[in-house]
Amino acid sequence: MMSEMEMSRRGVLAGSAAATALAAAPQVEAQLAKAAAPPTMPVSLTVNGKRRDLNLDTRTTLLDALREHLKLTGTKKGCDHGQCGACTVIVNGERINSCLSLAVQHQGDEVKTIEGLGTPDKLHPMQAAFVRHDGYQCGYCTPGQICSAVAVLDEIKRGVPSHVQADLSARPQPTNIEMRERMSGNICRCGAYSNIAEAMAEVAGAKA
Amino acid sequence: MKPFTYERATTPAEAAAAVARQPGAKFLAGGTNLLDLMKLEIETPRHLVDVQDLKLDRIEPTKDGGLRIGALVTNTALAADTRVRRDYGVLTRAIVAGASGQLRNKATTAGNLLQRTRCPYFYDPNMPCNKRKPGSGCAAIGGYSRQLAVIGSSDQCIATYPGDMAVAMRVLDATVETVKADGTTRAIPIADFHRLPGDKPHLDNNLEAGELITAVTLPRPLGGTHHYKKVRDRASYAFALVSVAAVIQKDGSGRVAFGGVAHKPWRVEAADAVMTQGAAAVTAKAFANARPTEDNAFKIPLATRALAATIAEGKSA
Repeated sequence: MMSEMEMSRRGVLAGSAAATALAAAPQVEAQLAKAAAPPTMPVSLTVNGKRRDLNLDTRTTLLDALREHLKLTGTKKGCDHGQCGACTVIVNGERINSCLSLAVQHQGDEVKTIEGLGTPDKLHPMQAAFVRHDGYQCGYCTPGQICSAVAVLDEIKRGVPSHVQADLSARPQPTNIEMRERMSGNICRCGAYSNIAEAMAEVAGAKA
Repeated sequence: MKPFTYERATTPAEAAAAVARQPGAKFLAGGTNLLDLMKLEIETPRHLVDVQDLKLDRIEPTKDGGLRIGALVTNTALAADTRVRRDYGVLTRAIVAGASGQLRNKATTAGNLLQRTRCPYFYDPNMPCNKRKPGSGCAAIGGYSRQLAVIGSSDQCIATYPGDMAVAMRVLDATVETVKADGTTRAIPIADFHRLPGDKPHLDNNLEAGELITAVTLPRPLGGTHHYKKVRDRASYAFALVSVAAVIQKDGSGRVAFGGVAHKPWRVEAADAVMTQGAAAVTAKAFANARPTEDNAFKIPLATRALAATIAEGKSA
């Protein structure tokens, strides 16, 4: 019986498959060995007040550096293409989309993430206002919303103009329409927009 | 993204030489367009020359009474500058009508000029696209072309240039200053900066390999009322279907450039000349010889109405 099995179709196929697999393995190994490792570079930046030194694949975005390498997972990857704002962080005092920035572009920069704005024991006033006004549901866009919201109030204070400003020579005011326009780069699938605007209005009013 | 090596340039001429000498090298400024395209492997540079340290981030008066805007001035900084708001309001209005606050904080003046089309077939590597892969065909012609060009297109490409800032710069007669790898400089009128697709749709603009934009200059202020009207599917954070950049004088004369209709900001000086005759006269001249598709033919009457509304605003200002 056994010798008949060896000569059966199954036996021939199993035997030839095994032979092929053994023959392929060295070729794959050779190819993997030939592929060059992608370039890496050292980069130092200050994140939430602490200097961090990293050695990264040059392709690493600031977003991936924060989340994957520094384990600061508060900042979220929503679209990875600068269209949703969930990755918003504050770099050298200005909000940017961290998904459209390479970590190596930020040598020596100061980066503030949601973790640096406040903690559960010491909420940033904007975080506290988001809680009071129910400014989130699933919470995924929320860190980006809060970083943006803080930066928007600062942009208004610094006189940065917007699309809805009627008189370019006037100083912008933190009105509802101004804040909605300036927050247009942060989208929220749960639709918490109106409560986000109210949270921002409360903080803006408190500052006034 | 494909792997790449990265360096920081320290002088403009050195940056230009670094890009010119290495095939597959590109400049990196803000990165808000280039990195997006690199993630999709539409752009695959093997070497990036970061120009952020080149000290090209000032806005200074020129001896002709105009302004010189450094290539690295961010969109936000340019729009917010007091002199721009006061004397070149159309430029501020155009910039703040575009993108989002986060993007405007990072995007640079030069990078904004160089941004690539948003044609959905250019963006889909599975689709034929003569701009992305010369000779592969154009899926937009005969495809969904609602957002694409009505004029200046060719049988190989109907892509549009999507930016707002450049439309205002076209109406202001801006000039783009550059430095080449050999150190020589030149000044390119904005009208000659962007190309029409013709039979070389893979070329967006007339820069040479390794040629670095160092500044954009504006002539002395025009006076008049300044307008940027952007018609789009959403109230914010969307590209233009049609946009109108206009500077209108008290006597009703003026100049206008249209965005969203071609592979460059669309201005026809002969159309400017008939501004006092009203919007329809202007667009009849500006869009003579237009070649719209069935999907985007609406853009021409839309441009007329947008210009009419702009002229009315100018009268009541």
